[in-house]
Amino acid sequence: MNGSNQTLTIESRNETEGRQNRPSAASRRGRDRTARKAFLVITLLPLFLIVLMAISLILRTWPILRVHSLAELVFGMTWKPDNGLFGFWPFITGTIWVTVVGVLLAVPACLLVSLYLSEYAHSTTRSIAKPVLDLLAAIPPVVYGVWGLLAIVPFVEKVLAPLSKRWLSSIPIFAVNQPTGFSILSGGIVLAVMIAPLIISVVYEILATVPNDLRHASLAVGATKWQTIRQVVIPQVLPGIVAGVVLGASRALGETIAVLMVVGNVARVPTSIFDPAYPLPALIANNYGDMMSIPLYDAALLGAALVLLIVILIFNIISTLVLQRMLGRKKT
Amino acid sequence: MIKKHWARRHIEEAFVKGLMIVSFALVAGSLGLILWTVIVRGLPALTWDMVTQSPQGGFYMGKGGGVLNAIIGSLYLAGGGTLIALIVSLPIALYLETYLGNSEWGRFVRLALDVLWGIPSIVYGAFGFAVMIAIGLRASLLAGIIVLSLVELPIMVRAMDEVIRRMPTDLEHAALALGSTKLEVALRVVIRQMLPGIVTAVLLAFGRGIGDAASVLFTAGYTDRIPTSLLRPTASLPLAVFFQLGTPYPEVQKRGYASALILTLIILIISLGSRLISARLNRYTVK
Repeated sequence: MNGSNQTLTIESRNETEGRQNRPSAASRRGRDRTARKAFLVITLLPLFLIVLMAISLILRTWPILRVHSLAELVFGMTWKPDNGLFGFWPFITGTIWVTVVGVLLAVPACLLVSLYLSEYAHSTTRSIAKPVLDLLAAIPPVVYGVWGLLAIVPFVEKVLAPLSKRWLSSIPIFAVNQPTGFSILSGGIVLAVMIAPLIISVVYEILATVPNDLRHASLAVGATKWQTIRQVVIPQVLPGIVAGVVLGASRALGETIAVLMVVGNVARVPTSIFDPAYPLPALIANNYGDMMSIPLYDAALLGAALVLLIVILIFNIISTLVLQRMLGRKKT
Repeated sequence: MIKKHWARRHIEEAFVKGLMIVSFALVAGSLGLILWTVIVRGLPALTWDMVTQSPQGGFYMGKGGGVLNAIIGSLYLAGGGTLIALIVSLPIALYLETYLGNSEWGRFVRLALDVLWGIPSIVYGAFGFAVMIAIGLRASLLAGIIVLSLVELPIMVRAMDEVIRRMPTDLEHAALALGSTKLEVALRVVIRQMLPGIVTAVLLAFGRGIGDAASVLFTAGYTDRIPTSLLRPTASLPLAVFFQLGTPYPEVQKRGYASALILTLIILIISLGSRLISARLNRYTVK
């Protein structure tokens, strides 16, 4: 790097005097080859990093898999590390509940917003929407957590829970079994807002790949805009929309601090959205301090991280492949 | 009959459009609500001491002090992480653009980066922790910086890549046609075109780094002192917020809200700055 800068200055100084100091074509080509190799090595780092991550977590998890069977760990109901009991089932179900509630709350609104921005909105609305979404994406998880604690938990406690108690108490998943607002629903609401910018921007980008000719053809035969969207636009991009939602779900799965602050962290299998839950990331974050003092505890917690990593890798690889294929279509 | 059908689909249209606007208002409204909540609850507790003092004895029981240790710690962590991430990202972004382009390999590398982007920071933290046990490194500023640089790397490369892909390739073709090697094109043409992208990417990554709690929880530890060495543990703002809210004392919790406000203000300044700077720099690129 330094060498090439030097030749650059010499080169420009000698421009009027002649060309004797200009590097030869061979040396330039040589440098290009070297740089290509160096760049390739650096570019392989991300790939290497994913593999390294998986391997190191597997190695750290190994000890617990030799003592307990996988089924015992996954479906075990009791979590008592002091007694060597590592049942992940309450945490796994907690993770699933919170993620599903978050995604269910986010998806309809996100789809409507991205359809609105891509099909209806004025360009001024779009130019307002972009910074709003960017900022929503930029707000740190812990600030979401503070917001959840100050606004969402009391809202669930004072408004939604009494409402549900009054009207929906006969339905088990809406039953109110505890007096606080620290619940799956609070976690889900916070998550829904957190993953919204991601889902909206992915779906918006996908909608932009639909050729305008198709829209025009449909509008020209007298369809309304909504009919066009429903019958022409959406069928074209359905896989992309699903991929966007899956990406959002995987983001929700791994969210730690914000969820941890509002979800209650009670290690019991939840039965209602008003129950507290204890998702896996919260489990890891809350207990890292005791990890080294109890045997196998570190293996159990890093195993939880490994499970998260594997599930999220699968989700991400599939949805990114779908999106790459759909977005690539636009360019050719 | 025909008239009725006409009416129905138009009512449907208006209904859906109304729903869309409501959803949009809901999303934009939640941003407003978040900012409002943090400002209203944080501002009363935000004093000069908060940003100029480190915690003093009994800080977590409501006694004097501030979160200067966390502010400085976070700036060190995110600054260091961003620097390392930038050094690694630049060659990757240049390589992707000049050498790989839209090839199979290029798509493969982008896939890997997108997947890395999606891995949650708690997993980065756990991974960092596993490596730290293996090599015997303790929770420290250095470990925090390294893990944050890994978290930021994919964000940075992808942000640069997005910007440069939107630029026309004419300039590169012209330079190649004049006999430049790809390296020369990368270092003298592409990198200049990429400049606004680099600035946005750096700020984006810095913002993500400074707000990230789960990865530094494992790797950087927490302390009430401002770090003086790379091998000492360090505090960070997100964890300061988290720990202060975890105490049972209202006094301390209020300061937690103020810390959240400080963090939010930093993020706001970064987003605003990146918008202004990239608009300004974009004037110097060929479109």
